[in-house]
Order: sequence, then structure tokens, then C-alpha cells
Amino acid sequence: MSKHGADGESMRTDGTQDAGRGWDDAQPIPESYESQAAPPGGRHGAHHRKARGRDSTPAKAVRGSAASRGPRSNRDLVRTGIRGLGQTLITFGLIVLLFVVYELFVTDIFTNQRQEELTEELLQNWEDDPALDPTLGPDLPGGGLPTVPLGDGFARIRIPVFGGDYVKVVVEGTDPDELLQGPGHYVDSAMPGELGNFALAGHRVGKGSPFLDLDRLLPGNAIVIETAETWFTYRVMGDPASGDYDTDPSGIPGQEIVSPEDVEVVFPIPGVSDTDVEPTAAYLTLTTCHPKFSAAQRLIVHAVLDGPGLPRADFPDGPPALTEN
Amino acid sequence: MYTWIWRILPGGLPGKVVGSLVLIAAVTALLLFVVFPWVEPMLPYNDITVE
Repeated sequence: MSKHGADGESMRTDGTQDAGRGWDDAQPIPESYESQAAPPGGRHGAHHRKARGRDSTPAKAVRGSAASRGPRSNRDLVRTGIRGLGQTLITFGLIVLLFVVYELFVTDIFTNQRQEELTEELLQNWEDDPALDPTLGPDLPGGGLPTVPLGDGFARIRIPVFGGDYVKVVVEGTDPDELLQGPGHYVDSAMPGELGNFALAGHRVGKGSPFLDLDRLLPGNAIVIETAETWFTYRVMGDPASGDYDTDPSGIPGQEIVSPEDVEVVFPIPGVSDTDVEPTAAYLTLTTCHPKFSAAQRLIVHAVLDGPGLPRADFPDGPPALTEN
Repeated sequence: MYTWIWRILPGGLPGKVVGSLVLIAAVTALLLFVVFPWVEPMLPYNDITVE
């Protein structure tokens, strides 16, 4: 009896190589237990009936036979502890999986809802009072509203190569709360069309993934910014014919990958840390994280204003660049 | 823990199944709408700005 109990216990911890000998004691599945017990007249059958008499389930029977040799409560405690640990680990795993789902899909839903609200507000504002436009034109030195309240939408960005339905409201500010709503405007950077650098940050993956495909922008690709009264068309810097990002005489590349500390990329002249130099062109800079799913580096796209802004009154359907693809 | 929850859920098997689903939905909602939005800004990989 006690030998059988020991065999059963050792099989539980050592694995199943001992299954032939210790099968009757350790088998925890009632169906198998019954089928094993079915052959009549066997030594094992008798043992089972004995075990069943003491307790109705085979697992308990094993525990019972073990208890006849040692302290039962300790074994129960260990078993409960291990089971609890297993359940806890499985639970953590599920929570992490759920978090991934949240990051990849649920935040998109939140952000898209917010974008719809922002679009409505923005169009309403533009209709109510176009003079509220913070971007009064490329030739106005620092004109327009001094600041847009943080989190307010003030422009829309369209990138034709991302598809005709790619329209995002740009909000003021680059804190997490603002970036949750859409691409955010670096507070001290220029306004659309203004000389200097109109710099935006956007999420790469999740939160609507506005800048997911930033790496697919090629030299010459259009980035269209829509304000209350004006369309501004920027083009990614570099040589559209060869696809070389680094051909612009200013030395500013159309695309670069930098470390998170390289703030010069959003300076009035991208890459020029001396801010006393007056910018002579209107740039657009988009920043997002790189590589995807990581924040180790930043993917930067620089573009430059292509021609003057076009009045929305004259181009209600957008500038020609919107349909060039 | 799960065994204990299953044991105290009322209403026989159908009641236990419904109760379990309600509990799962409640926990999921709590995580998605409260816990994750709160935790997320503290995680490093959401930094997308240069600063």
C-alpha cells in the first residue's frame, strides 16, 4: 500500500516514464481511471476499490495514500501554492496580450473618434470665423494668433500617396494627451506656410497610427496642409528622379533617422542649431518613432514648401497635388 | 482563485457561464478603459517626439 503511494507520488514529479507501474495510483482522469479499473480480477482493480472507498476521486485517493505517510496539510499547501502561481502567471500573460490588443487596435478607435470630433470642431470654427486662423500666410512675419490652445485642432494634413482618405486634424502640442488625438504641432515651431519649420510629431503604431508609413514617403511626394483659408503643398526633399533624399543644396535630407535627443531636426532651419540664422524657406518636418514598435530612434521626414499657398476659396477641392497620385 | 470564483457563482451551469462572461467583460473593460490608459504614458516606447 505505502509502496504504491510512493510510486504514484514519484511519477507525478518525475514525469511519465514510470507510467506502466504507477498508472493506477497517479492517473488523475476519472474516465481513464474507470477504464483501468474495469478489467476484472486484477491486482490493480482491488487496489482501486480500496482507494475509492476512502475518497471518490483518484487524485484525492493519491493524496490520501500520501497522507498516511506524511503531513497532509503541507502537501496541500504546496499544491495550492503552485496552482496559484500558475494561475497568476497565466493571468499576467493574458493581461499583457490584452495590452497589445489595446495598443494596436483599441487606441485606434479612441483616436479615430477624437479625430471625428476635432474635424467637426475645426470645420465649425473655420466657418464661424476664418480670421481665427493662426496661419495668416507665408509672407506674414510671425503673424496670426500668437498661440493655439494646447490640444486644439488648427489644420489638417493630407498625404496623397497614403490614399485619398488620409486626412488628419493637426492639434497644438506634442504631449501624450495631444498626440493621443492626432499629429501634434511642436509648440514653438513655425505655422503652416510660415518661414521656418512647421514641425509635427505623430504616432507610428497605435493611436490612429498617423505616421505609420512615413518611411514610404519618397522625394517629391506631396504633403498638403489645409488651414482655414489656404492650402499649403510641401514636397519631401531630395531628387524625385533618383529617389535620393540627400540632393537638396541646403544639405537638409528628405528623410533621416536620428537619436531622440537630436532636437535640431525641428529647428527653424532643420539641422542648424544656430537659431539666430533667419530661415529663408518654409519647411515641414514630421517626426515619429523608429523602428516600428520601438522608441529607440526617430524617423524624420523633411519637406519644403512648393510654391505659394493656394486660397481655399479658389480651390475648394484642394490643390492639384492632392490628385496627382 | 478561478476555482473559487466558479464555485461561488450562482445559478447552476448556465448561471455560472453567464456570470463568468459578465466578470470577464467587466475586467476587460476596466483594463481597457481605466488601467491601460493610465499605465500607458509611463511606458517608454510611446515617445515619438524629439526633446
